[in-house]
Amino acid sequence: MPDTVTVVVNGVSVTMPAGSMVASAILKTGVYGFRRSVNGEPRGPLCGMGICFECRVTIDGEQHCRSCQTVCRQGMDVRTDG
Amino acid sequence: MAEVCDVLVVGAGPAGMAAAYRAAQNGARVAVVDDNPAAGGQIWRGEQAKPASREAQTWFERIRSVDIQFINGARVFQQPRAGTLLAETPEGVRELSYTSLVLATGARERFLPFPGWTLPNVMGAGGLQALVKTGLEIEGKRVVVAGSGPLLLAVAAYLRGHGAEVLLIAEQASWGRLARFGLGLVLGKEKLAQAWKLRKDFSRKGAKAQRKSVRYLSGCWVIAAHGEEKLESVTLFRGGKQWQVACDYLACGFHLVPNVELAELLGCVVENGCVRVDEFQQTTVPQVYSAGETTGVGGLELSLVEGEIAGFVAAGKHDDARQLFRIREKHRKFAKLLNRTFALREELKQLPAPETIVCRCEDVTFARLRAHNSWRAAKLQTRCGMGPCQGRICGGAVEFLFGWRAESVRPPVLPVRVESLVRGSE
Amino acid sequence: MSAKAYDVVIIGAGIVGSACAAECAREGLSVAIVEAGIIGGGATAAGMGHLVVMDDSEAQFALTRYSQQLWDEIGDELPREVEHDACGTIWIAVDDEEMAEVARKAKFYSARGVPVEILDAHSVAEAEPNLRPGLVGGLRVPGDSVIYPPCAAQFFVDQAMSKGAALFVSKAVETITSDGVCLRDGSSISAGVIVNATGSWSPVLTPGLEVKKRKGHLVITDRYPNFLRHQLVELGYLKSAHSLTAESVAFNIQPRKTGQLLIGSSRQFDVDETGVEGSIVTRMLSRAIEYLPRLRKLSSLRTWTGFRAATPDKLPLIGPHVEHKRLYLATGHEGLGITTSLGTAKLLVAQIMNQRTAIPVAPYLPARVTQEPVHA
Repeated sequence: MPDTVTVVVNGVSVTMPAGSMVASAILKTGVYGFRRSVNGEPRGPLCGMGICFECRVTIDGEQHCRSCQTVCRQGMDVRTDG
Repeated sequence: MAEVCDVLVVGAGPAGMAAAYRAAQNGARVAVVDDNPAAGGQIWRGEQAKPASREAQTWFERIRSVDIQFINGARVFQQPRAGTLLAETPEGVRELSYTSLVLATGARERFLPFPGWTLPNVMGAGGLQALVKTGLEIEGKRVVVAGSGPLLLAVAAYLRGHGAEVLLIAEQASWGRLARFGLGLVLGKEKLAQAWKLRKDFSRKGAKAQRKSVRYLSGCWVIAAHGEEKLESVTLFRGGKQWQVACDYLACGFHLVPNVELAELLGCVVENGCVRVDEFQQTTVPQVYSAGETTGVGGLELSLVEGEIAGFVAAGKHDDARQLFRIREKHRKFAKLLNRTFALREELKQLPAPETIVCRCEDVTFARLRAHNSWRAAKLQTRCGMGPCQGRICGGAVEFLFGWRAESVRPPVLPVRVESLVRGSE
Repeated sequence: MSAKAYDVVIIGAGIVGSACAAECAREGLSVAIVEAGIIGGGATAAGMGHLVVMDDSEAQFALTRYSQQLWDEIGDELPREVEHDACGTIWIAVDDEEMAEVARKAKFYSARGVPVEILDAHSVAEAEPNLRPGLVGGLRVPGDSVIYPPCAAQFFVDQAMSKGAALFVSKAVETITSDGVCLRDGSSISAGVIVNATGSWSPVLTPGLEVKKRKGHLVITDRYPNFLRHQLVELGYLKSAHSLTAESVAFNIQPRKTGQLLIGSSRQFDVDETGVEGSIVTRMLSRAIEYLPRLRKLSSLRTWTGFRAATPDKLPLIGPHVEHKRLYLATGHEGLGITTSLGTAKLLVAQIMNQRTAIPVAPYLPARVTQEPVHA
């Protein structure tokens, strides 16, 4: 099994150690605001364990995926809404 | 369609691992279901391949040594009928049938709102640690660790070990409390060693070797976080003085809140936010056991021994379980001490400003909430607690700020796809 | 204990009771509102806030239409939390039989001044791209809208109180007496007129009322802002609402201003317990997926139940009790309580003050149920 995995965040390729979560990949691209709150504030991960739902992004077309609980898979397409 | 086992364990953290091990060791067909990709829970997250402590190593070896079916990446959301749970995976819904059930769903951090806490890069203490464990590069980043509990020290040590510049640790508990109960006793030998090491350690990682020790400030808390699109600095308060510290991350959590939602859904009696269990870790629902932080936050050792007891009992080995009662009692005493020491001070109730957001899912401010007399009225009128986190984040806060407790739980216990909910009655 | 006299004491601060309170206060009556739980905590909290015209009978049409006009009049006053959204309704037709029903409805509404638009297969797909292909058409009713009812109930209570109404919340009424109410805590409130607006609980305080609990389930999703533009209802909905069978489901989905989708609907008689029933949720969601296949993948956050107050002829009870001289009823609204709360308030207060009503009140009088049924 390869040591690294490459995902695409907002069109930018980013390579992470195998087993990394999508949230860390997003942060690596310098994006801190993963989504906008109800009133338009930028929000990023808070709890890191899949409970707060602040880290939600669109992964391979599916909205509202918790990026801190999704393991990076080769070629995954990630879109933030920050 | 149902996958059948004798003992189903929900949660693959230390308590779940211990329960699964003892049950499997005694001949039960055991399955463990967990939302995370691997066993270890929060404390041993990602350590299956490379345990970071002797204890973790022991337990990972143990679960490998017996026949346990691990079902990872699966979140339990509903009980369609007695003896069966449904879990959602990316591929679909798995139906898990059991004779005995062990709920080892652990705990989550308590977040208290203060101005600026919703800025990106303000995270839980365990939260930031979890992200670093799963690939976030923290080297050279300035981190303030704050809140309450022994977790802060563990997190600070961990982050430091990965090259972060931990600027300080702000513990809200007073030095009096910490000292009165004996800091060493409270922290345990391993953690005291960590704390001591922090004071004298030199980081070996990266070009920016740090020569300063990390200040551990008691009676200290963050009163505001500042920044435009993300965190840039925090304001700290201690003994009447305030000062600002520039930083990249704030890792802030106020102790832990048990994850009791699944237990409540199953009809288990929950008292003071903890699942009630008897001496055999049995809940008020027959054949349903609970172990670990879910029955009351008490730390690793207590979680392990409770898990073992539950595992023995689920496999019918009550005598083996009894052998562990004394150790459990010892750890329970420690847990009581722990919770007393790190009890939250009243001043923290003054932290939120009127316009501070309390419910992050629905952007409900403190001012809007305190206009109501009850959780039900507040929820209905403001939608607080009706978002995707289902009140898990704001719940810990409103309980502390207003004394409001969450009411009954309905399925789904966690948000799931509509198509998964359709499976609910089969 | 204390017996302060009011002109009117209203039991129940759901949307019907609170609308009545606001109207009484507006007309200069002194009002006491007594609520056992929280404002808007009953069916008001549980149901869909659909402001809709309905046509299963002339009487139902008259009341919903009148009420909708009243909602339009206050639209601008409603606070932001009420989330008033003029999204309109589309009644969906799956086959020619339902399309004939569309034509009938269109004729009925047009003749009565309600703007409607008949949609064919192409235009219904255009109006709602997430509907499955193969539908025959629909009826669009642009004048319908959507609100968040608990905040509307609070708004009406606030209005009433700004005109001097007194609010007694978390106070349960034990009995209705000859001149007021006795509370469970031993105190009493005397009033010239008592209004029972306690919805599905109304037979508890007024024994003999033919109001039955009709359980409903709902599911709400996460936010998907552009998924749906209108409230969508299947034409089979009417069959379900009319049905006397124990349980039925019908496709009914509402987009909220938040972008969340509220998925319904279900009806059950003779079920008292409030728990969410997996089998009903499964049936209800499966029905919804038949119309909107993409619903499958959406994230659902919560499920809950509520009890509608159902009467045998599907019309509410608005008016004086047949025996008790001072008791009025404002209950039995089944699935139309949100819409008709305003019309109910007007009709009730007009009767209390012995004034002319804007629409004929005979079909809603409690006295009607003791007579031979009148066929509309």
